[in-house]
Amino acid sequence: MLTPELWSIILLSLKVSLVAVLLTMPVAFGLAWLLARGRFPGKLLLDALVHLPLVLPPVVTGWLLLIAFGTNGPIGRWLADWFGVSLMFRWTGAALAAAVMALPLMVRAMRLSIEAVDRRLEGAARTLGASPWRSFVSITLPLATPGLLAGAVLGFARSIGEFGATITFVSNIPGETRTIPIAIYGALQIPGNEADVTRLAIIAVLLSLGALLVSELLARRMGSGKDSHVL
Amino acid sequence: MSFEIDVERRLGETRIALKLASPGGLTALFGPSGAGKTSVLNMVAGLLRPDAGRIVVAGETLFDSASGLDLAPERRRAGYVFQDGRLFPHKRVRDNLLYGWRLADPGHRWMTLEEAVAFLGIGPLLERWPRSLSGGEAQRVAIGRALLSGPRFLLMDEPLSSLDAPRRAEIMTVIERVRDDLKLPILYVSHDRAEVDRLASTIVEL
Repeated sequence: MLTPELWSIILLSLKVSLVAVLLTMPVAFGLAWLLARGRFPGKLLLDALVHLPLVLPPVVTGWLLLIAFGTNGPIGRWLADWFGVSLMFRWTGAALAAAVMALPLMVRAMRLSIEAVDRRLEGAARTLGASPWRSFVSITLPLATPGLLAGAVLGFARSIGEFGATITFVSNIPGETRTIPIAIYGALQIPGNEADVTRLAIIAVLLSLGALLVSELLARRMGSGKDSHVL
Repeated sequence: MSFEIDVERRLGETRIALKLASPGGLTALFGPSGAGKTSVLNMVAGLLRPDAGRIVVAGETLFDSASGLDLAPERRRAGYVFQDGRLFPHKRVRDNLLYGWRLADPGHRWMTLEEAVAFLGIGPLLERWPRSLSGGEAQRVAIGRALLSGPRFLLMDEPLSSLDAPRRAEIMTVIERVRDDLKLPILYVSHDRAEVDRLASTIVEL
């Protein structure tokens, strides 16, 4: 039912999305923390910048990535000079595009979960002898975990579905950047591929649904002492 | 002197100022809601920084604006019992009780889990989650958690206010035993005259 070609598309999508989420997690958490707890001038601007990929036309995001990371772009040239690395037409580029597009959703979910932690519990931990770091690790982080997981899953689902920025930035290269949405789009351009389109679409639905269910189960298991839900 | 407190702090429109020196036993801060009683406890615990002043407990200076001394909350060895218990919702009763005990310098611990459990009668609760506890049960666990952290003194913020009459009597007995058997200095906040009259050796009106 699934040809080797379809399998490689699915595996590529999973790889790109997984790397995108892992790449984005620390960045998204740092930004979510700053926005939830920080007090600094320019916070509103940072908030807006983080949300930009959510509202910009994806093709514009892809084009901006192309300018920055292209062969002659400032970051692209720096990567090439110092590391001999290019993201152009590579799966790593697809992962970067997915990461940028997933960032706002992940930051939003993580920020909410950090804001939901009762800070008075951190105060209680401090009076019991916990350093700020210890209180963060033993109180804040575990209480925020279901929301952090929700953010990661949301980012993963978003990455699986990423299309516009990816095709603009790294095009449609079989085995490198042809993820599920791009393969579906490509198949739709040629008559007679309806069967492949259907299969890929079903897989996209199953992957997204599966991701949501798995994270809900994880969150319930971890939060057996309290109410915690991803869905 | 157990508590020597001379602090002031502005919070929005209200200005909190308090000066007290009390011998041992239970010192009650008594006054209406909104008088800043909890803020005083938070200043002694190190959770709220006074604008100016000095806090000395049992001979150790915790805060002194003149010399710039401001001990972090985790270095003050305060056993703080909060109004709402404030148990950690993601930890079972046992791990709540042991939270401060595990962090304490072994030389500072003066009670074991078994002793605290026997003292407070909370043996059957150890494997429970905080959300499944009644108000009285949660308050006993909160007292146990504070005692197990090896404190030099206790801060109690209206620990009876969320309880019904039978539970109040029960927890009051526990507090009397902490005061008399363990001989810990206690700074106690309440707006209930009868409670203060029964428990306090020194009353400070705010």
